[in-house]
Formats: sequence, C-alpha cells, structure tokens
Amino acid sequence: MAPRIGVVVFPGTNCEHDVVQAVEAAGADGVLLWHGDDHLGSVDAVVLPGGFAHGDYLRPGALARFSPVMDAVAGFARAGGPVVGICNGFQVLTEAGLLPGALQKNGRLRFLCEPARLVVASTSSVLTSGSKVGDELTIPINHFSGNYTCDDETLRRLHEEGRVVLRYADNPNGSVDAIAGLANEAGNVVGLMPHPERASHALLGSVDGLVLLRALVGAATARAAA
Amino acid sequence: MRFRARVEVQLRPGIADPEGATIERALPALGFDSVAHVRAGRSFSFEVDAPDEGAARTTATELADRLLANPVIEQSRLELEAI
Repeated sequence: MAPRIGVVVFPGTNCEHDVVQAVEAAGADGVLLWHGDDHLGSVDAVVLPGGFAHGDYLRPGALARFSPVMDAVAGFARAGGPVVGICNGFQVLTEAGLLPGALQKNGRLRFLCEPARLVVASTSSVLTSGSKVGDELTIPINHFSGNYTCDDETLRRLHEEGRVVLRYADNPNGSVDAIAGLANEAGNVVGLMPHPERASHALLGSVDGLVLLRALVGAATARAAA
Repeated sequence: MRFRARVEVQLRPGIADPEGATIERALPALGFDSVAHVRAGRSFSFEVDAPDEGAARTTATELADRLLANPVIEQSRLELEAI
C-alpha cells in the first residue's frame, strides 16, 4: 500500500496541490491537512509546503509556528516521523525551532524566481538518502527571504554532523556557506528553499525534484511498515 | 494600571542588514555625506494592563522575545510608560 504524506495548509499556503501531485508522482498518497487541527491523522510523513502562511506578516513563519497543527508536527518529528519544509515551510520549521538558524531577506534584496543549481552535500536525511554526495540537481527557487543565517557554533555543528544536505552551486541569495537545505540531528526533519515539486515532470523542465521526493516516499514507506 | 509599550526590533550586530546597507548606499546621492552605519529595524506599540510596571515589563518582554523578534538574528529594546 502506498504511504500517506500529509501536506499542511495554512491560510496563505499556495503550493499544497503541487506538492500533493508531485508526491503522488513519486509513489505516495497525498492528503491535505488543515493548520487549525491539532492532529495529523494517520500519515507517514509531513510536508510543510511553500506560500505565505498567515500572510508572512511579522516574519515568514513567525505566526504559522503558533498554529495548532504545529504541536502535532513537533511531536511527529520527535517520534522520528519524516518532516520536510519547502520554502515557506522551511521558514516555519526554523521559526518553530525544529531546525536551527533563520532565513532572512536575500542579499541585495532581490526576489528570486529561477532554476537553481544544487549540489548534494549529505545523504543522511530523509530527502537526500537516494542521492550521492556531489550529485547536481536543478530545482527552482522562488523566494525573498531565503538567505540562510546561523551563528558560527551552529554552522560548525552542522558541518560536523553532516547536516548541510544541499548547497547552491552559485549561492544566489547570500546564504551562509551557500546552504540551500539542512536537516536536524536525526535526519528526519529537513528544510530547503528550492521547490522539488516544481521539478517533478518533464513538462516543468526538470525532474530532479523527484529524486528527493522519492527518497521521502521511501522514508514514509519505511515508517508505515514499522 | 495601563502601560504603553514600544518595542524596537533590530538585527543583531554582526548580522548582515541588506535593507540598512541599501539605504546607506542611497545617502550620498541625497547629499547626506556625514551619515554612516545605517541599520534598519521595525517598531511595535501596544498597551498592557498590569498591576505594576514590573509586571507590565515581564509581559511585554515575553511578547517581544517569543513573537516580535526572532532571537536567532534579532534583538529588541523595550520602552514602557504608564498612561
């Protein structure tokens, strides 16, 4: 049976249907979850998709962090459940403290909407377990606040523990160490600014996102079987 | 008692501030040659009901730390006055 991947919808989220379609292309069943619910139902993985949760007022992710569903997401993550935050979802995960650091405005204050060349930097995460270190992927970015920032001590730990999972080849937004995606200590929580769902069909110009989403579906399948 | 709180949020020293830097780059064109080290930020104001100033300060500080500022990259400063 296909694993179930829950895709959380906040007011202002706008990539949920794309993500559902992409995870289904990767072999899972996608179901929408509402931010106001305090449970996740029976899902085997969770995606926080892109958009403008709660209008991005105050800071991206700052208000979404207090949505009732986030306690359930945090509990699911603590229990080892696969959780992926894409773009705005990455911002929500950092604001919620599920991933370290913060995403501030892009260097040079440019909104960026373009394909980004990425290099896989670690395979110990639910999103990159199907890749090899050094693999190149082309996946679109679409953000104003994707400039990853953390203190030196956090960066040292991320390196030591192999938690930087994706780097930009050209670092378009000024992120520390060109970080495009990172994982928690256990590798089951991953945040990334690029949108793998927008690189999930030949018609979209790239299918590199499917490599990442298939790994997620694999992690969800393993959890469903456990 | 009721207090008016003003919370000013700025990026921590050492954190790159592209907004402040952009403003600063525009200054010479306007003739402001003597101005430097521009930092951008935002300010919030709200009212707090509390038995005394200490209690109002505790509430306002917690609000600033938990919501208005992201302590990873920002710091906040609080001003309080009885109204």
